Amino acid sequence: MIPRAMDPFLAFPQALRAAGFPASPDRTETFVTAVSLLGPRHIGDLRRAANAVYGPGPDRQEMFDAVFDAVFLGRAIAAPAPGDPEELPASYDAGAFEELIAPEDEDPSGGEATTAERLFARDLGFEDEDAALRAFSRALPGSLPRRRSRRLTAGKGQLADARRAFREMLRNDGEVTHLPTRRRLSRERRVLMLIDVSGSMKQGTEGALRLAHALVQGGERVECFTLGTRLTRVTRALRHKNRDQALTLASGLVADWDGGTRLGEAMAVFLSVPRFAAHTRGALVIIVSDGLERGGPEALVASTARIKSLAWSMLWLSPLAADPDFRPETGAMRAILPMLDRLGDGSTPPAIASEILGFAKGARR
Amino acid sequence: MTVRRAIQGIDGPEPLARSLGDAQYIADDGLATAAYLALALGKPLLLEGAPGVGKTEAAKALASVLGRELVRLQCYEGIDASAAMYEWNFPRQMLAIRQAGEDYVNLYEDQFLIARPILQTLQAPRDRVLLIDEIDRADHEFEAFLLEFLSDFTVSIPERGTMRASEPPVVVLTSNRTRELHEALRRRCVYHWIDYPAPALEAQIVMMRAASVVQDTAHRVVRAVGALRAEPLAKPPGVAETVEWAEAATLLNQQGAAWPRAFARAIGVVLKDQDDLEFMASRLDAILAESAA
Repeated sequence: MIPRAMDPFLAFPQALRAAGFPASPDRTETFVTAVSLLGPRHIGDLRRAANAVYGPGPDRQEMFDAVFDAVFLGRAIAAPAPGDPEELPASYDAGAFEELIAPEDEDPSGGEATTAERLFARDLGFEDEDAALRAFSRALPGSLPRRRSRRLTAGKGQLADARRAFREMLRNDGEVTHLPTRRRLSRERRVLMLIDVSGSMKQGTEGALRLAHALVQGGERVECFTLGTRLTRVTRALRHKNRDQALTLASGLVADWDGGTRLGEAMAVFLSVPRFAAHTRGALVIIVSDGLERGGPEALVASTARIKSLAWSMLWLSPLAADPDFRPETGAMRAILPMLDRLGDGSTPPAIASEILGFAKGARR
Repeated sequence: MTVRRAIQGIDGPEPLARSLGDAQYIADDGLATAAYLALALGKPLLLEGAPGVGKTEAAKALASVLGRELVRLQCYEGIDASAAMYEWNFPRQMLAIRQAGEDYVNLYEDQFLIARPILQTLQAPRDRVLLIDEIDRADHEFEAFLLEFLSDFTVSIPERGTMRASEPPVVVLTSNRTRELHEALRRRCVYHWIDYPAPALEAQIVMMRAASVVQDTAHRVVRAVGALRAEPLAKPPGVAETVEWAEAATLLNQQGAAWPRAFARAIGVVLKDQDDLEFMASRLDAILAESAA
């Protein structure tokens, strides 16, 4: 018979699970023990014990507090968090930074660019380039750039392998006949893909996302974000093997399809979140964007310069570059051009795929 | 689960917070509670937070409160068992075989075993505190490899069998959160997110750490750093930077620099990134003037 006073302690993990927290049974035991260790003298002890045991982390603290209040204080939970509960907050509102990086003038340097946010999920349509994307995915492990890892493996190299020498010695009655060596392993570089989903890119975003799915499936360490008026991490959604499911999930996450262009600000936000910026270090950065920016180019140029200084290589794929006569005209693109390792064609998924493979092949030599 | 209500006379979050204070570390309620629970429940303490909020310092203070030696394991990508746990001294084993000739020799005695931080802690849990620093820098394989140790405090050495700690050792893990840690690891730990300290607390820390800084200066520095942290900087200043800024500005002031100038001239100890310096250059004076108010 479980005493009545235990009820909230048993209801709490249930409520946490319902809200998407991983509340395993062993944690319930730890939580109850922790509470009894602390007294408990007041509700603060309970709250601190819950935080220490379940450790929601800063991203989900608010939701966690709401569940706690609902169970122990009888308050109603305000509103359930939308989207993938394990990835909150997936989107950062670049608008919050508007005062900080003020656009210098109001002359739009991009054709259809507008700051009006249109928040709606868009129906993603598919075409028949599947074969090309599958081939791309398969080709990736063998062609993405690699770097030297700190891990060692047996093989021809410069480093003596004492462990294997000792083992062979044991087998050969204490004789060392030859010196086994080790060599450094190599591992795939990180790949970071930033996709511009603003209105001026409308034609290309669906395709870019399909390509991103193939990239995430084929690569070892690929991260993918969409940039528009907001910044959204879509990597987790794209990890789903089934492409339809992955794209539906991704399109649900992205709230700023075809909205305005605040590319520079979204990139600044991306760089100011340390755990996102960490994906840039030593990475192959692929930016799919036309580079059309409302307002002054300063924010975009500054952010690109920072990415350049962190990344291994930077590839800018613009749908406008499909035209052989294309020359970067806008101030932003002209300033960015010298920082890029390549400015290529980003009009269709197969074009992006061949740009990435072509660049990676050149870099591996 | 073995529960110890009191460890070396510490029987609750408040006594622990007081002891940490004596060891020059000011802990808030949340951290004191999490650290006490970790000690009492015999579980590792996982501290997450932005760089420079004092995660490693917390582990050092905890070791000094318990009067134990801090054994630090700095993680990096590619770290493996031979660097973290144990390694056999192969050259010595080979020599032993040579010297033994026809005699019997046990090649797996203690004298051939090199204990790395994890095994060191396991061998003397009463004398050591293990700090596994920046676990997010290690790769997933290493994280999985730690699970056995973190849940049962055992290490399996194939040649020797399983080695068990005589009592749960005190283990502190820190993470800068550059990537998500695996749920299996988090589940085994007591967790605390260290945020930037509240202004009053941070001023207290500044005065405790830097004896030369007067109260007024401490509060001004804390207000200015608070304003800097609200900006989208590449490297937001941590608590250590606040302390250094206060110290540096006080030093310059003693050498004759007037107040707002002393802060501005010492800016290099707070903002350590050229882009950040440029970004803030135009508004730094305003922030300093505001913090003086």
